[in-house]
Amino acid sequence: MAKVKQQSMSRELARRETISGYLFLLPSLLFFIVFVVYPMIMCVFTSLTDATMADGGGNFIGLKNYVDLFQDPIFRKGLLNTVIIVVVSVPTVCAFSLWVGARIYNMKMWACSAFRVIFYLPVVTGSVAVTVVWKWIYHYYNGILNFVGTNLGLWEKNINWLGDPKFALGCIILILFTTSVGQPIVLYVSALGNVDHTLVEAAQVDGATDLQVFWKVKWPQIMPTTLYILVITTINSFQCFALIQLLTSGGPNHATDTVMYYIYYSAFTLYRYGYANAMGVILALCIAALSAVQFKLAKTD
Amino acid sequence: MNSGVKKLSVYQIITLVLIVIIAVVVFLFPLYWIITGAFKTPASVNSPNPDWWPKEWVMRNFDTLFDKRSAPLWELHVPLSEWFTQDHSQIVFSTGPTVPAAFRWLINTVFMSVMAMLLTCATASLAGYSLAKKRFFGRAVLFSLIVAAMALPKQVILIPLLREMSGLHLSDTIWSVIFPIVGWPFGVFLMKQFAEGIPGEILEAARIDGAGEVKTFTTIVLPMIKPGIGALAIFTFINTWNDYFMQLVMLRNTNVLTMPLGISKMMGEFGQDYGLLMAGAALASVPIIIVFLIFQKYFTKGITMGAVKG
Repeated sequence: MAKVKQQSMSRELARRETISGYLFLLPSLLFFIVFVVYPMIMCVFTSLTDATMADGGGNFIGLKNYVDLFQDPIFRKGLLNTVIIVVVSVPTVCAFSLWVGARIYNMKMWACSAFRVIFYLPVVTGSVAVTVVWKWIYHYYNGILNFVGTNLGLWEKNINWLGDPKFALGCIILILFTTSVGQPIVLYVSALGNVDHTLVEAAQVDGATDLQVFWKVKWPQIMPTTLYILVITTINSFQCFALIQLLTSGGPNHATDTVMYYIYYSAFTLYRYGYANAMGVILALCIAALSAVQFKLAKTD
Repeated sequence: MNSGVKKLSVYQIITLVLIVIIAVVVFLFPLYWIITGAFKTPASVNSPNPDWWPKEWVMRNFDTLFDKRSAPLWELHVPLSEWFTQDHSQIVFSTGPTVPAAFRWLINTVFMSVMAMLLTCATASLAGYSLAKKRFFGRAVLFSLIVAAMALPKQVILIPLLREMSGLHLSDTIWSVIFPIVGWPFGVFLMKQFAEGIPGEILEAARIDGAGEVKTFTTIVLPMIKPGIGALAIFTFINTWNDYFMQLVMLRNTNVLTMPLGISKMMGEFGQDYGLLMAGAALASVPIIIVFLIFQKYFTKGITMGAVKG
């Protein structure tokens, strides 16, 4: 009898726990479902239609948008550029932030914070302000880069940095780099600070060099951080948009088109709403696949 | 800590010098160039021989920026209000003298960031606590859904969102930027990480003492996750301020533009007037940099806690 009573008590408790749990979640869940989950589902749905920005639903056309996409030379160019940006910037950002992080993490508190703040500044300044000033720095006629370069004799006459397909993408990658390393450096500094000190000392007693200590003892311990940095940097590089739109609008001759920029262009200039969403789905799949691969790789390590 | 006492090796000195050079040239110089550029004369800005330091400080760029008076000081659309009015028109509060558009942009940006910050902190701290400490049916599924959504590119959903906003009669209002930011699950994830640290015994003790759910949350949970709320607040504030793509897609009308959007619009109109553009860039970035410098300790904490896998 007592046991039955206890059981119904605990069931009553579980029921109350569930209700209160959902009540606490409710406000957040409401925003999440209405403004994140629902548009995600809509993105997939409309990618199967020929909807434009003007009309409502459009007709169901199956996978035609996806077939068209892979025959669209601008999309292929955009995809290629996006891959180049990711392949160049992700390893550079990771290596640079590890290098800086490893150098500054055991400095005095004020110096370490000062460096972290400086490397984070471009992120805080905001992509628009950063892009505007770099556009001026790169300017053909009155940009300071050409002034310094020609005066130092690095190159003979002014270079049209953003107008030349040879340089435009590189210029964009440099700005992307400055706005990407802030967070990884903060993460590496904190991860390196948390490395088990007894292991490091034991290795030093055994006569390991600094480099050996770093790669054999510290590196495996900061692996989860590296993985996280890889994932966020990949996502960020895939989404590179503001720089492209404000600096080159994808030009010259699509030399700096990226998938993200082409999505925007298709939706707001070509008004091809379904088509833009199909690209969005592909972009999301690429990112999901890459993140999964990075997690797999890290697990086996 | 013997590393502090050790003498610096040649290699260490070289890396340090390199890092300082890169920091100054690539990371600090652009900001310096924005701020000095904002006060330069048009002749100096357009000269192929740049002035490293303005020869003459002028306010001309700011004067031009604040030149046209076009917008009322303050205007607020009450979200979803057309559902309750008889003729289905939106309720709009509008007040104050007519001010320059750029000033309005600044007010819009501040309002947008503060509102997104408050709503995110409120909803995320409730939800984070629930996910961390309550045991209920569907909790694991919900949490995996949140983590999965975080890994997806946020920008992809913006184009479907735009259509949804017009369905909700929210398009071209500042709310259309605020609501999706509040819905983005990073905040919930971060607050769950902080709430995990609350010892279960304390919550149990509160329950035995007869404290209700609301009382437990306000008197025990909130004080313990305060650092987390601080981190989330500053993180949301800065990210909202700088979320250019979202603002670009959602906001069109001059009266609802934000500072970053305003500059990008000016870039289209006054393409080559870099003095004016620098003044705009300075107005868009200096306030947020000051906020960042004041609260940077919280900010660092937020970044590192958000990375710990849970």
